[in-house]
Amino acid sequence: MNVAALEIVAFAMLLLLVATALIIVTRKTLLSVVILTGIYSFLGAGWMLLLDAPDVAFTEAAVGAGISTVLFLATMALTRHVSAAPRRLDWLPVVAVVLTGAALLYGTSDMPRFGDPAAPAQAEGSLSHFFLESERAAFEAHHGDHHDDEHHGEDEHHAASPAGKDAVGLPNAVTTILASYRGYDTFGETTVVFAAGIGVILLLSGLSGTQFTGRVESNALKRMPVLRIVTKLVIPYILLFGLYVQFHGDFGPGGGFQAGVIVAAALILYGLVFGLGPTMRVVSPLWVERLVAGGVLLYAGVGIASMLRGGNFLDHAVLASSASDGEHYGILLVELGVGVTVTAVMLAIFYSFAGRGRPA
Amino acid sequence: MSAALDIVGAVLLGLGSVALLVGALGLLRFPDLFSRMHAAGVTDSLGGGSILIGLLFIGASPATLIKIGMVLFFLFVTSPTSGHALARAALYAGLRPKLTDGDDVEGPAPDLEAPPAPTTARREVL
Repeated sequence: MNVAALEIVAFAMLLLLVATALIIVTRKTLLSVVILTGIYSFLGAGWMLLLDAPDVAFTEAAVGAGISTVLFLATMALTRHVSAAPRRLDWLPVVAVVLTGAALLYGTSDMPRFGDPAAPAQAEGSLSHFFLESERAAFEAHHGDHHDDEHHGEDEHHAASPAGKDAVGLPNAVTTILASYRGYDTFGETTVVFAAGIGVILLLSGLSGTQFTGRVESNALKRMPVLRIVTKLVIPYILLFGLYVQFHGDFGPGGGFQAGVIVAAALILYGLVFGLGPTMRVVSPLWVERLVAGGVLLYAGVGIASMLRGGNFLDHAVLASSASDGEHYGILLVELGVGVTVTAVMLAIFYSFAGRGRPA
Repeated sequence: MSAALDIVGAVLLGLGSVALLVGALGLLRFPDLFSRMHAAGVTDSLGGGSILIGLLFIGASPATLIKIGMVLFFLFVTSPTSGHALARAALYAGLRPKLTDGDDVEGPAPDLEAPPAPTTARREVL
């Protein structure tokens, strides 16, 4: 697609996003607000896909349109379905929103045009340009014209890339940058997800209160044969797809964040159809708590292992005898840690919200 | 051969687009939830289905073909299921199909193997 056509479609989608947002603001029924929020997320995901960001679009579609809609509905079941009418127009929030919006609009006037080759992010000599160029050079050195001699001298492979020995050479540069070049930032993000999960568990008085008591909600099971069978049919494939996204993230769109959300979505789907109790027998609240911390520990453990082997924190290159192999192992493990934490946090939030409506 | 495949694919894509348009029109024009769901079903199955099958004819590599086939499978499994769940939820909530003018279905709910009271129904959604 050429840039002009792309711009027209992207602009139309942005217009739809704005329209959806305006409709959300004017709605009083919370159910339609929740559904519209899901539509908003899906439009956003489509827009990101249009801009060649499938990794982000994945996450947005699964979290925004899938899991958060379910969580909103779960919350709504505990409260009222209609938002309270404001007693009077409060001017302070209006002024704050207008000012923030104006500042953001003003800020965009400084941004480069869409697809501008002279934009700072794409200009020669910028950090992202350096990363992408060295990754491409390293990838081509590995998979280019000499396929047959696998054990070619490492030095010669890396000589082609500007980053020298540090280039990783995986096909998906997003994963490489996320898990290796800026592995420390991603560690911070995983910790944020971890902290959010802990916060929800603390605020909603813990998962122990939602411990499965042994009562199976069989009434929900019996009356929905179609849903039951289709769910059973689909869940294995969702889990398989989650594993594919997790471990194929080095080669195609995907990685720990996306896979974690997909696996959690499969388990939440199971919970929606079969009830909370059976889900808790699959993954008990205790294990959810362990896994929330376990993923972050795995991530940090990879960093500490590289320190023990004489490198810097999260410097995956020292993990194996060859720098390239070390990077690949490190990225795989780090992504696994992210996936485990994200799955567990999503489940913890689902358990906490869905468990609150249950009679003790 | 390849040109013939392309033509078949293009015809299917056109058919799918028309079905999407018709479905969208129906969604706007039909009077009640159940007939609107029928229109939405047209977009899902006929529209999405023929567009995907059309892409199968135009599709380039075997890997792409397999992926489109998997999307087709999931579309044809999940879309009727969600329609079924939606219609069922609407019936539980007390919505009745509108038939002809002034001849709406009234009276007690059809026997859905003892529909639960509204409060328990809401909790079961979770």
